[in-house]
Amino acid sequence: MSRMGKARVRVPERAVKGEIVEIRTMVDHPHESGFRHDNMGRPVPRHIVESFTCRYNGREIFRAKLHPAVSTNPYFMFYAVATESGEMVFTWTDDQGGVATQTARIEVQG
Amino acid sequence: MLKAFAAAPCLLVVRPADATPEELAASLRETFGDRPIQRGKVKLDLPRLAESGNVVPVTITVDSPMTERDYVKSVHLFAEKNNLPRVLEVQLGPHNGKAVVSSRVRLAITQQVLAVAVLSDNSLWSAAAEIEVTVSSCA
Repeated sequence: MSRMGKARVRVPERAVKGEIVEIRTMVDHPHESGFRHDNMGRPVPRHIVESFTCRYNGREIFRAKLHPAVSTNPYFMFYAVATESGEMVFTWTDDQGGVATQTARIEVQG
Repeated sequence: MLKAFAAAPCLLVVRPADATPEELAASLRETFGDRPIQRGKVKLDLPRLAESGNVVPVTITVDSPMTERDYVKSVHLFAEKNNLPRVLEVQLGPHNGKAVVSSRVRLAITQQVLAVAVLSDNSLWSAAAEIEVTVSSCA
């Protein structure tokens, strides 16, 4: 069963048209590598977030493919050009069908 | 949570503790074919020393104007001595404005980390960095 948890994103509420804005994201997820034993010595099965995407008014502006070597609670920081007011939709998908989404609104002036 | 990580030994029975340089070479070949990978244009920021290999901050910066004509298509991160050398692949484009990506990764042992960027003209650029890991991660 997926253990996809809460997702957090930080997007500026306002920007000037053409401004490059910083976006930070994190999702609560064990992101088990599959290379670990538990305290009873049993192997802990792999359970990872496989993909993360950001869509800005429907257009994909960031996509990451994650392998087991990404840390627990996968974190990303990246940039986007503020082109128009609208919504950014962030989606995390894990290898057990778990999906987390989060949205943020950005107002673009000028 | 971190205590649990420290207490639980890595799963070493399935595969050897670390990948060989051949495995990294195989991953590079699978991803990029026989195209030449040049050094330059890429900056890889990570600490020189990590007390824990479980959460190592990494930032990849590519020198690119990020215009419609000249931009970074993707960046790929490899850790040569992890069980699986592939760590992360990110798709970018002119809509990003800046070709900068940060994340946090697991590093099994002291090793070299490699970042490769694919530009819009399909040329490949890279940077490598050595990192010393005090407490290893099961990666």
